[in-house]
Amino acid sequence: MKEYWQEELETMKRPDLEKLQVERLKKTVELAMNSPFYGNIFKERKITPESIKSLEDLQRFPFTVKDDLRSHYPFGLSSVPLEKVVRLHSSSGTTGNPTVILHTQKDLDEWANQVARCMYMVGVRNTDVFQNTSGYGMFTGGLGFQYGAERLGALTVPAAAGNSRRQIKFIMDFGTTAVHAIPSYATRLAEVFMEMGIDPRKDTKLKTMFIGAEPHSEEQRKRIEQLFGVKAYNSFGMSEMNGPGVAFECKEQNGLHIWEDYVIVEIVNPVTLEPVKDGEIGEMVLTTINREAMPLFRYRTRDLTCIIPGDCPCGRTHRRIARIKGRSDDMMIVKGVNIFPIQIEKILMNFKELGMNYLITIETIENNDEMLVEVELGDTVRVDDYALLQNLTKAITHQLKDEILLTPKVKLVERGTLPQSDGKAVRVKDLRKNH
Amino acid sequence: MKINQISVFLENKFGRLNEILAILSEENIKIVAATVADTSEYGILRLLTSDQQRAYSLLKGSNVSANLSEVIAIAIEPCIGSFSSAVSYFTKAGIDIEYMYCFSLNGKAMLVLRTNNIAAAYDVIRKNNMNYMKEEDMMGL
Ligand SMILES: [Zn+2]
Repeated sequence: MKEYWQEELETMKRPDLEKLQVERLKKTVELAMNSPFYGNIFKERKITPESIKSLEDLQRFPFTVKDDLRSHYPFGLSSVPLEKVVRLHSSSGTTGNPTVILHTQKDLDEWANQVARCMYMVGVRNTDVFQNTSGYGMFTGGLGFQYGAERLGALTVPAAAGNSRRQIKFIMDFGTTAVHAIPSYATRLAEVFMEMGIDPRKDTKLKTMFIGAEPHSEEQRKRIEQLFGVKAYNSFGMSEMNGPGVAFECKEQNGLHIWEDYVIVEIVNPVTLEPVKDGEIGEMVLTTINREAMPLFRYRTRDLTCIIPGDCPCGRTHRRIARIKGRSDDMMIVKGVNIFPIQIEKILMNFKELGMNYLITIETIENNDEMLVEVELGDTVRVDDYALLQNLTKAITHQLKDEILLTPKVKLVERGTLPQSDGKAVRVKDLRKNH
Repeated sequence: MKINQISVFLENKFGRLNEILAILSEENIKIVAATVADTSEYGILRLLTSDQQRAYSLLKGSNVSANLSEVIAIAIEPCIGSFSSAVSYFTKAGIDIEYMYCFSLNGKAMLVLRTNNIAAAYDVIRKNNMNYMKEEDMMGL
């Protein structure tokens, strides 16, 4: 049985892949010249298809941000006449205008192909029964997965969100083998299985789960895998980049292949906007090179990640990004050093003696920025051992200094005294006057 | 024969010790012995009570950072030299004492000590006919 959905594209040699990217970038520029928004920018910067010789030329493009989409709502970024547009997806605007993404029929076909490629990569075949628990409608996780799974040939059940007992009835009756769910809903579904006295590990045919749309930890993934007896794969999408399909994990479960025949990926320092090295955390910037109706150039995703250096054993040459590590807006500058809370979190989570909650406080003491890291003790640590606590504090301080290049003050605190961890809790308190 | 001592991690916050002791007194648990080891950042409260298991689960239930660790409590006569000789038995046997503290019980001095070699410590206790306290002995004190 073949391993790849599109072997030639997925395993293309890097120089060939980059050549393909340049070709597609040129074609995309040609299209985008028609959009009111990019038309002006290209004129100003003298960007034409002919002027693009290599990927280096991308540096001549300005960044595009979400506000550009908002201020040109709804059709200001359209590169094709509206009669060629067949669908739009809009993301809810909690502040100001919502954003809109337009699709031609070809765009929808390419998107379906992209999702099919992702699903095929982890073993979903036309013999599978795929159930999608995403909301449908404007939310791209619904139709995005629907068309992708159908393209792959899987029997696709558009169960949509909610009604857990009905979801479970479908899983049992239709012999569902693969499910797409946001991580928190997957956990909820497992509870309902238990309430109904059904063991999803034994009593169902489930073997694959796509989890995404919500940041989650490796521990959460493992837990979902154990609860259902499945393999769960991290699935990254964002509405501005169509939706699901941008970057998914392969069977190695070590980073998400980002499809570089669809997008050009850059990782930049969110302040200087200069590129960072592979393996270094920065903001992901994406350029669509396989979209007609609404191309985006150097779109700042605000998502923090890094390129995982090295080749993947699966044979795919498209580079891998790490699990999304937070938002670029979270960055702090202390004593001239750029620091992301995630760097600190990563160190703290490596200590089994510590709990999940921490709080970073930055304040000015005698004209100096000082950082205090308070972290809760774990449940099992031997608190009667003074030497152990002292060494623990020292070890944390030392490792943090190695990571963030300045020495914070580390304070162990009792359990339950810091804000609860729910993924969105406030982790940073900046008490400096100018912040 | 071993005793499970309760150790509590205490942030240096006004009133925290009081809160912790209140959790126990509200449930009619009596403090048999208590000691606080202090640093500038935090303290470690070590407790022996009239019901160690119940006290421990009450504290855990209140989300207090606490754990149990095995200690030995031996009785020594209240006379000159008894303390020194008790300690010397352990030193001679090569047993490292991590920490110790004393309390008095029915006119006797009780010596609580923590070592990482409890089994060897009990050998010393038996060989030298020392009196020791069991966890049951604290119940109902
Ligand atoms: Zn791979």
